[in-house]
Amino acid sequence: MELSVIVKTILKYWPMFLRGAGTTLFISIIGTLIGSIIGLLIGVIRTIPVPEKGIKKYILKVINAILSAYVEVFRGTPMIVQAMVIYYGSKQAFDIDMTPLFAGIFIVSINTGAYMAEIVRGGIVSIDKGQFEASYAIGMSHLQAMLNVILPQVIRNILPATGNEFVINIKDTSVLNVIAVTELFFQTKSITGINFKYFETFFIASVIYFVMTFTVTRILRFIERKIDGPENYILYANQMQVETPEDALRRERKRIGNY
Amino acid sequence: MEKIIDIQHLSKTFGTNEVLKDINFSVNKGEVVCIIGSSGSGKSTLLRCINLLEKPSGGRIIYKGKNILDDMHDVRAYRTKLGMVFQQFNLFNNHDVLGNCMVGQIKVLRRSKEEAKEVAMKYLKVVGMEQFINAKPRQLSGGQKQRVAIARALSMNPEVMLFDEPTSALDPEMVGEVLKVMRELTESGLTMLIVTHEMGFAREVSDRVVFMDKGVIAEEGSPEQIFNNPTQERTREFLKRTLQQNQ
Repeated sequence: MELSVIVKTILKYWPMFLRGAGTTLFISIIGTLIGSIIGLLIGVIRTIPVPEKGIKKYILKVINAILSAYVEVFRGTPMIVQAMVIYYGSKQAFDIDMTPLFAGIFIVSINTGAYMAEIVRGGIVSIDKGQFEASYAIGMSHLQAMLNVILPQVIRNILPATGNEFVINIKDTSVLNVIAVTELFFQTKSITGINFKYFETFFIASVIYFVMTFTVTRILRFIERKIDGPENYILYANQMQVETPEDALRRERKRIGNY
Repeated sequence: MEKIIDIQHLSKTFGTNEVLKDINFSVNKGEVVCIIGSSGSGKSTLLRCINLLEKPSGGRIIYKGKNILDDMHDVRAYRTKLGMVFQQFNLFNNHDVLGNCMVGQIKVLRRSKEEAKEVAMKYLKVVGMEQFINAKPRQLSGGQKQRVAIARALSMNPEVMLFDEPTSALDPEMVGEVLKVMRELTESGLTMLIVTHEMGFAREVSDRVVFMDKGVIAEEGSPEQIFNNPTQERTREFLKRTLQQNQ
């Protein structure tokens, strides 16, 4: 590996890398967001308590069967194959002309949705039954309980798993190069087609991928901590003006330090 | 006296297990009724049947002259009339103390935010938790959580308060603060139905004591009668056992 080659490649092709990284981030952010919404909806629908009788019971059963099929199919087939089938299939069979970017976002979204549906379902099931009971006892409907009590807790609890999906999406968008989405892998491949420096060019790409995933992980961890808030509740935190000895010491140190 | 809840031939089975058998009893307006009995006697199930957290297998629950087990009855409107306090507190973990007391008022009773806050603050003061309005449930002790849970139930302005072993999950030194709040409530004239293991408390506050054993009401009467002159052998046995444990 020659450092000079790396520097040269960066200097010469940085706009291509940047555009590729931008597209990768764009697809994975939008895909993860839409996928999470799909997952939330499916997770909520699949945890609706089934009534004992009536048409509602059968409607729910049919919907649940369809949703299970969706989850199983998209979890059980590789995204690279789905990309080919959806992009070329829709064009040849149904004459729907999608841009590669749109197809990419579509594929990542429904894929993430399939995974998130199971994550959300697990998140809802893991919430203490008492939270539901307290909501019902106060007179809430199932939907009100979900929106006001359960889902906010579920979203907090599944944040780490969602972050995981996000990171996976950043990496897995690379398979979208098969339908000519100009994401980072596609761009890198194009560059090597010009300069033939495979190792150095892909090394740059791997660094960019790592920086993206690592940053995303850190940001999500920060959000988690923000949501959780402090461990202890400080009574009268804003009103009590009495200084503790520790505070006095800190203030004194700061004063001295300023000189 | 006006019967507010009248339970007729109520039964509940889990599979083949008969938890409640032909329960008949009623609660009058303004009355404080304590339900005592050993674990597994069906006390909690009875309470949970009353606000339909468990669906009764048979019988009728007449609330203000209407059978709430009719198919057409509005269960949610009925539940808002009953305030429920759980053994495990069950505060909404995603809301702070004030939010816990407001969310039901806003979403179910459709009160304005200002009104909900006013009502919530009023009852948080009653339970002595007004200093903790911005605390999250996990930052509170068990006794504090239970006091907030009581304020949450009161904020809905219920006509009957149901307490399901409100002190059973608390450390001994925190039982007192919760019982103190409940004692004050009994003096306010609220209708209360309390499942409890605190015999001293039951004896002191209740107008009537119900002793349950193996899914039936074995005996009911005034606290003096139940605690001093129980007529049933099993009531005597139970009281003897619990009094021994307390010593």
